[in-house]
Amino acid sequence: MPRRDDIHKILILGSGPIVIGQAAEFDYSGTQACKALRGAGYEVVLINANPATIMTDPEVADRTYVEPLTPEFVEKVILAERPDALLPTLGGQTALNLAKALHESGVLVRHGVRLIGANYDAIHKGEDRQAFQQAMAKIGIKTPAGKMIGSLDEALEFVGSIGYPAIIRPSFTLGGTGGGIAYDEREFRDIVRQGLHDSPVHTVLVEQSVLGWKEYELEVMRDVNDTVVIICSIENLDPMGVHTGDSITVAPAQTLSDKEYQELRDHSIAIIREIGVETGGSNIQFAVNPENGDVIVIEMNPRVSRSSALASKATGYPIAKIAALLAVGYHLDELPNDITKETKAAFEPSIDYVVTKIPRFAFEKFPDTSDALGTQMRSVGEVMAIGRTFKESLQKAMRSLELDVRHAFADVDEPALEAALYGNPRRLGAVLELLRRGRSVALLHEQTAIDPWFLGQLREIVEAEHEVAALGDPSSWKWETWREAKRLGFSDADLARLTGVDPARVRAWRIAKGQMPVYKTVDTCAAEFEAYTPYHYSTYEWEDEVRASTRRKVVILGSGPNRIGQGVEFDYATVHAVWALREAGFEAIMVNSNPETVSTDYDTADRLYFEPLTFEDVLNIVEHERPEGVIVQLGGQTPLKLANALQAAGVPLWGTPAHAIHAAEDRDAFHELCTRLGIPQPAGGVARDAAGAKRLAHEVGYPAMVRPSYVLGGRAMRVVRSDGELESYLREVYAELPDEPSILVDAFVAGAVEVDVDALCDGHRTVVAGIMEHVEAAGIHSGDSACITPPVTLADETIERITAYTVQLAEAIGVRGLINVQYVIKDGEVLVIEANPRASRTVPYLSKAIGHPLAKYAALIAAGRTLEEIGLTETPRPAFYSVKEAVLPFLKFRGVQPLLGPEMRSTGESMGISPDPYLAYYKAQLGANVKLPREGRVRLIGEGLEALARRLAVLGFEVVTGAPADLEEIAGDALLIDVEHTPALRRALEEGVAYVTTPEAATWTTTALERASGAELRVWALQDLHRPGTFSGAATAR
Amino acid sequence: MSLLHKPRAVLALEDGTVYYGYAFGFTGRTVGEVVFNTSMTGYQEILTDPSYHGQIVTMTYPHIGNYGVSVYDMESNRPYARGFIVREFSRLSSNHRAHQDLASFMQQYEIVGIEGVDTRALTRRLRTGGVVKGVIHHGEADEALEADLVAQARAHEDIDGRDMTPEVTTPLPYARPTFRDNPRVVVIDFGIKHSIVYKLEQAGAEVIVVPAQTTPAQIMALDPYGLVLSNGPGDPDGPKYAHDTVWQLLGLLPTYGICMGHQLLGLAVGGRTYKLKHGHHGANTPVKNVITGEVEITSQNHNYAVDIDSIPGRQFVATHVNLNDGTLEGMAHQRYPVFSVQYHPEASPGPHDANYLFRRFISEVNAFEGATAVPAVSLDGL
Repeated sequence: MPRRDDIHKILILGSGPIVIGQAAEFDYSGTQACKALRGAGYEVVLINANPATIMTDPEVADRTYVEPLTPEFVEKVILAERPDALLPTLGGQTALNLAKALHESGVLVRHGVRLIGANYDAIHKGEDRQAFQQAMAKIGIKTPAGKMIGSLDEALEFVGSIGYPAIIRPSFTLGGTGGGIAYDEREFRDIVRQGLHDSPVHTVLVEQSVLGWKEYELEVMRDVNDTVVIICSIENLDPMGVHTGDSITVAPAQTLSDKEYQELRDHSIAIIREIGVETGGSNIQFAVNPENGDVIVIEMNPRVSRSSALASKATGYPIAKIAALLAVGYHLDELPNDITKETKAAFEPSIDYVVTKIPRFAFEKFPDTSDALGTQMRSVGEVMAIGRTFKESLQKAMRSLELDVRHAFADVDEPALEAALYGNPRRLGAVLELLRRGRSVALLHEQTAIDPWFLGQLREIVEAEHEVAALGDPSSWKWETWREAKRLGFSDADLARLTGVDPARVRAWRIAKGQMPVYKTVDTCAAEFEAYTPYHYSTYEWEDEVRASTRRKVVILGSGPNRIGQGVEFDYATVHAVWALREAGFEAIMVNSNPETVSTDYDTADRLYFEPLTFEDVLNIVEHERPEGVIVQLGGQTPLKLANALQAAGVPLWGTPAHAIHAAEDRDAFHELCTRLGIPQPAGGVARDAAGAKRLAHEVGYPAMVRPSYVLGGRAMRVVRSDGELESYLREVYAELPDEPSILVDAFVAGAVEVDVDALCDGHRTVVAGIMEHVEAAGIHSGDSACITPPVTLADETIERITAYTVQLAEAIGVRGLINVQYVIKDGEVLVIEANPRASRTVPYLSKAIGHPLAKYAALIAAGRTLEEIGLTETPRPAFYSVKEAVLPFLKFRGVQPLLGPEMRSTGESMGISPDPYLAYYKAQLGANVKLPREGRVRLIGEGLEALARRLAVLGFEVVTGAPADLEEIAGDALLIDVEHTPALRRALEEGVAYVTTPEAATWTTTALERASGAELRVWALQDLHRPGTFSGAATAR
Repeated sequence: MSLLHKPRAVLALEDGTVYYGYAFGFTGRTVGEVVFNTSMTGYQEILTDPSYHGQIVTMTYPHIGNYGVSVYDMESNRPYARGFIVREFSRLSSNHRAHQDLASFMQQYEIVGIEGVDTRALTRRLRTGGVVKGVIHHGEADEALEADLVAQARAHEDIDGRDMTPEVTTPLPYARPTFRDNPRVVVIDFGIKHSIVYKLEQAGAEVIVVPAQTTPAQIMALDPYGLVLSNGPGDPDGPKYAHDTVWQLLGLLPTYGICMGHQLLGLAVGGRTYKLKHGHHGANTPVKNVITGEVEITSQNHNYAVDIDSIPGRQFVATHVNLNDGTLEGMAHQRYPVFSVQYHPEASPGPHDANYLFRRFISEVNAFEGATAVPAVSLDGL
């Protein structure tokens, strides 16, 4: 083996907080890389400020630094650890940009750290548009006509030669931030200006539009022996014009003949060689003209990407793992294919199924922004589904989304359908509905540029819908009818809806006809070789390849597509459950539909079912596997909302029983419980209809906090101040959420401190794992507020009361596992807002803060262990503070003010660690990509900031107050504190100026700047944090 | 047309297994040896590859017909596969290169197809149980008919030991009118794919294709500077006369064998071939060039392999091996500029990684000074 022996210690850069365009897929790739390199005998050092990741768990790398991903902090880690190599290709654009900066500033050379995986030149050639175009011209591959532009005037001159629409791509930004398609000069000016600003090198590429061309991606691997293989081809259903991250995509490519596919393959190989990516994976995007087959290359990423994660899950080929091993010198033909064991990693997967990915969006959180999709990615998550045909795979993907895609347009008139045919998240539903009404494939192709093959497949789904509806009553269907309907991918619920019967009866009739799904294996080789990997999907065929084992086993339900409010934290929790149960001797079976995650890596669980998380699909697996228990409370609301139905179907649920979950989530029952226990709550109640809501609002008085029951992530939570606001709120909620949910109406406690508590209960004992004090006052969604643990401002008796209430609640509810309780504290009084007997999004952060893997413990409790056996019997008292800061996607949504509110909108989080709470806050801000300044001009807008202004002046900042006469002035500010929420905030966001929107954060920020001034900011490895002697004494706030 | 109730068809294997599906392509019944192919693209090239003569092909990729059929993708003048088994054929095809859809193409050339089959189950059956004969029948089948079909599959003549070349070779020699200035290469047609001719021409040859039964004297009379032994169907042990032809020509001309051509070389010099359990049929097989250490991804379609150790006197050295199962993929003669590969460097369908072999052959041809002076083979870069 030509494994490199000249390096021993490798630094891996993570991708930081989850943001749009850079999400959980890099947790998956980083985790794989850490495992692979440690397995090959290297010492691995990891730096990533995102605590909600598996990769930052202390057992994944040898040395783990939850520290900001800035050149300054990476250098500190290099000094502390002295690695001899840096692997930058597995942490997305963040890691690549960081590696570039470290190279350019000479840090790497100074400390003798070599870049492996991709060298500086390759990164530059792959990422710099002009260098890329030159490289492509050299090997004779066409790129869109385009020019690198450094000013708006230059851009306007060039666009005259290519015309509109024109594409604007800023250099070196992730997910195409700041880019877009301009259809006229006004749009062009806006986008170019923003792009010039967003690009760290202040250049944009202005490019000829190839809107409507077919779009493809190829995933390529190369080793030092110059062996190049294509792992997967992906075809976008949405043609050029919609960012590939926002497109529905299908693997493998469907509409290319072999001649055309081989041309793309030849190009890919030539490109990876010319760019000079020595080892590892790259992703190359092509546009193909459907009229004549002309090919142009759009871009290449000289690193593992979101599409690599999808390709890995789509084929079973572990791209990140292999890329990491290639970086240290292994050859593809020396590495085994884990799945077949006897064959090698040097091959090209052949698949015998179809994979469909559908992105999931969060436009409902930003109602003032258009949902038109373009070159800037805006989806927040995705689902993937596997079927034997495209129709089956698409239908499975649609139901994995947990949105009603199929019938979103059922009652919409034709003009409105026509109006929804531009690239937007609802387009698929509009196309289906138009096909139902007889619109031709040819016309739809003209209107959408979606390839006729895909439209033809959609038409077949629609024709089958008509056929099913015409057949009616499924009780009399023939075996063959059932078989073919299920093979087309219709769910029982779909068939019930089409035939107008109860879904439960559809299931019964189906089973009576002997129609159960079979399970097939994802094996990289289309069954040519024996496969040993337990990675499966359901379909309706003749042969079932998957035999249930006779071991003791547990099914863990995953969290489905990431969305705001239900993100990677829940994947983290389910992965921990898998680990814990495997260690405890169970066969752990994972069910999930999210390709970005560690949970859907085929070697995380003993068995992986890549399936939609619906009642039907889950119950089928349970009946196939017959597990001892099913765990629903670690994956967020997605599995939790199946609890009642699964229990009613006789499925053994482990952990907190379904009725207890219900008791906590049902507002009336919870209110009664609190009253019985003597735990005070804000005044409020639950309204079943609009009139009830109004009555309650009058009882508690305005402002009132309103939200629908049973919705995670503060979806549609709002503070209303009048009847008018309440009424318009109710209209929106009823329109958006089916079945008119009950509405919770609570008194809004202004100016209170909010607290989150995570606790574990085993039925005998309850242990509060940690109390997290929010930085922002109550009224900001807990997911969007910064928080700190241990708490800094709470009196001892308040902490005791919180602890006592939490224990009482956990025991009264009957929790077996985790519970999260939220309180507000005003004038020393502790009020409980809500209790959720499940894993919360603070679990990963708190686990790191206290040094105990809480989700693992919860899984062990579910399996019958006690806290005493586990070894957690009292609240841990860490010797340092941990701050969690939320990261928000405002920049991606044009015109939206960057304000926090009761509706959660953050996509990710960072963590800062220090014995000084304010320095912990400071580091968390840096980790959240907030560029807190050390000098320059601070602008303060709002009342009551005088004291802060004086303190900032003492620190040497130039202090100005009041809104600027001209918004352009903001660009010259280093920090904006605007508690009046003027338009200056949006400008600060766009200019990349640090900004603060609340008085509490203003105080914290000022104190943090004071503490950081002149102080040496230190870094600590997680592995040392809980070791005695790392810190002197316990953490002190004051 | 109903999507839930389609005209039925069955596939019966000689071991008694029956698979149910739906009729597509030409209506009727067909019998042949069932093989699977794991290429995700290139169904038309596969159907028209004469090496599939006598075989029923099942594609492991479930959607077939998506991009239609193009006159540019014919590997011979008609389909040779006896039947076609797919999970789902595309009723609507979409591609600017298409001239026809797959179903009408199959009707035109009378190829019987079956769709809706659990092709993964069938592939697993072929992988574990080995090559098997089968019958596709359009129409309803009761137990009695199924038994008849199984019996018909059993009764069908085995491919082993048979000479199928007369059924696929060109009846008359033909020269391609262009490229007259290039050195002349004679290709013996044992069931040639057009792409081999194109690739030779691209590399710089004038190509004359001759029937399989052409004698060595007739070939030498054409004054060639190189000899190519083409691919072809069936058992290489079948066409004994070809072993003789190759033996007599050995060392006289730079020689390049592809697939069956490679096997015929091995047999001509006294070696042995054997049948693989389920063969190699696909476009993703890794092959290592043991001389250079390079790895190439290859297109493959064969059921037989050469046992290089059986060749007396170590006349050939192994140049390429299969990374999946270690079987021989290429060899070169110790003394003569004679080399061959088991896989398909002409691709179609499949990757172009092995295109260098055509260039290498033409450089041998260019270096060749006439039928009396035979240079020793260089192993560099083979």
